[in-house]
Amino acid sequence: MAATLAPPRLLPSGDAAIAVEFSRNVDDAANQRVLALDRALAEAPVSGVTETVPTYRSLLVHYDPTKISFDALGEKLVSLAQHPLRPTTKSRRWRIPVSYGGEHGIDLEDVAKALNTTPETIVARHVAGDYRVAMIGFTPGWSYLSGLEKLLHMPRRQNPRLLTPAGTVSIGGVQTGVQCLAGPSGWHLLGRTAVRTYQLHRDPIFLLEPGDRVTFFPVDAKTFAEHDRAAQAGAIVAELIAP
Amino acid sequence: MSKLVIASIGPASSVQDGGRPGSQRYGLTPSGAMDRLALAAANTLVGNGLFAAAVEVGPFGAAFTARRGAVRIALTGASRSADIGGHAVALDASMTLADGETLTLGLARGGSFSYLAIEGSFVGEPMFGSLAVNARAGLGSPYPRPLQPGDELLTATASGAAEQRIEIPAIDTGPIRVLLGPQDDEFADDAKKLFLEAEWKISATSDRMGYRLEGPVIRHLHGHNIVSDGTVNGSIQVPGNGAPIVLMPDRPTTGGYPKIATVISADFGRFAQIPAGTGFRFKTVSIGEAQDAAQKFAELLRTLPDRLRAIESFDLNIEALQDANVAGSAVSAVDAGTWQ
Repeated sequence: MAATLAPPRLLPSGDAAIAVEFSRNVDDAANQRVLALDRALAEAPVSGVTETVPTYRSLLVHYDPTKISFDALGEKLVSLAQHPLRPTTKSRRWRIPVSYGGEHGIDLEDVAKALNTTPETIVARHVAGDYRVAMIGFTPGWSYLSGLEKLLHMPRRQNPRLLTPAGTVSIGGVQTGVQCLAGPSGWHLLGRTAVRTYQLHRDPIFLLEPGDRVTFFPVDAKTFAEHDRAAQAGAIVAELIAP
Repeated sequence: MSKLVIASIGPASSVQDGGRPGSQRYGLTPSGAMDRLALAAANTLVGNGLFAAAVEVGPFGAAFTARRGAVRIALTGASRSADIGGHAVALDASMTLADGETLTLGLARGGSFSYLAIEGSFVGEPMFGSLAVNARAGLGSPYPRPLQPGDELLTATASGAAEQRIEIPAIDTGPIRVLLGPQDDEFADDAKKLFLEAEWKISATSDRMGYRLEGPVIRHLHGHNIVSDGTVNGSIQVPGNGAPIVLMPDRPTTGGYPKIATVISADFGRFAQIPAGTGFRFKTVSIGEAQDAAQKFAELLRTLPDRLRAIESFDLNIEALQDANVAGSAVSAVDAGTWQ
């Protein structure tokens, strides 16, 4: 590994945030650097930084412009980002139950047809994946996962749906994801999980962190219903495999 | 304990405060007041912390009635008619509603949002340190949704403190200042020039998530999909149809459309107050100018208490005032024009 890495681009996002851009594409190496910079800022906070938002390819660093200037903060961020990536010592790993197909995954059959295979194969491939939470965004708990295998890459729907159910597990482009709240989506719906990635009055309110590892396992609709009742009452349902 | 009852209220009215920043990495939008200066001024008038929870009143009319005791309030923001029992009251001033009295607000003219602060704020259960309404995420207290007629805010009985007015510097009416980017390189120079030279209007279909702009079509260089990145209040994203959307405090935390420019933080509240259908322009500034403006804005917020003025006693009918103090009735029934 080189002593220093290529510097990221610093893009002002208004006068109170800097987008630290490592790539313009969905890029696993870039996402690793995003998460490494995020970790570095968490471990050694820079005065004036108010919060950070990791995405696939950039880290949005919110700051108070009355406490630190764009130039001063930019210099610190570039310096932190050019240090070689330290290996992640403790990624948490989650196993998340999914009820695939049927009313829970209304696009499973169509996805299988479009990819010239069977629904069983789609489920088997999706379950075999080892994913990482690349970012959480859009709405509370909407977790975008990287690591989707090529066979499952598919363009998004031409016509996004205005309402998709809470707990939907879906694929879109080169990504898969778990959404917590009902809402619009242009992705293909493979199944549903009872796991709430965001739930008020539960500890923790947010279950997943950017950088966490995730695998899925299939459950039947009856188990989903049982999990859903338990989750409603505050159970986490997902299995945490200690790092 | 007194309560302020929402007798009538239009859409786009909700409890707001300084918002709940800090969880955008989990997809939780910060919410909070559209016009932070007006919120802070209203709170200052009744002795609250700058960003205490208040009622953000949208462009339509509203009425508030004090029950079970007097309630001391202050009103700032959009200009609009305001009266207590048919007697006009001034904006940018505190006032006390006696038990049973009603403050009635007309339509906003020149501005979109008013802020009704209540002395001591009101009872609620903060989530992530905020009472601000974010209906999508089930957040907001005492009601996790926009306000409706019949809603009640429980509050301390009016202290009887002397009423005050506040002198807020005249609002700059110049173009809304923006910084280009973060994805201005997704647009040709012509498109950027058009964006900066055009007259824009805010569409009536706008809301607390985003203001849709009406004006020329802004074309992208390479199509309208980018890999999602983070958003801020004031991000100006351009979706496929070329009609820009300015992201507001209930925005999605990440977005996949190129952002041509970003409204500077000092101008964000002023932008949020532009009424639908009113023409305005953007102009670019440098990061240095934007950060100087942010410093000045922070200084203005910090010095709001120095801008409080006593309401001159000769402006009031002393006898009525004394009666009012004894009876706990309104002491702010001053004509709007009295000290303007």
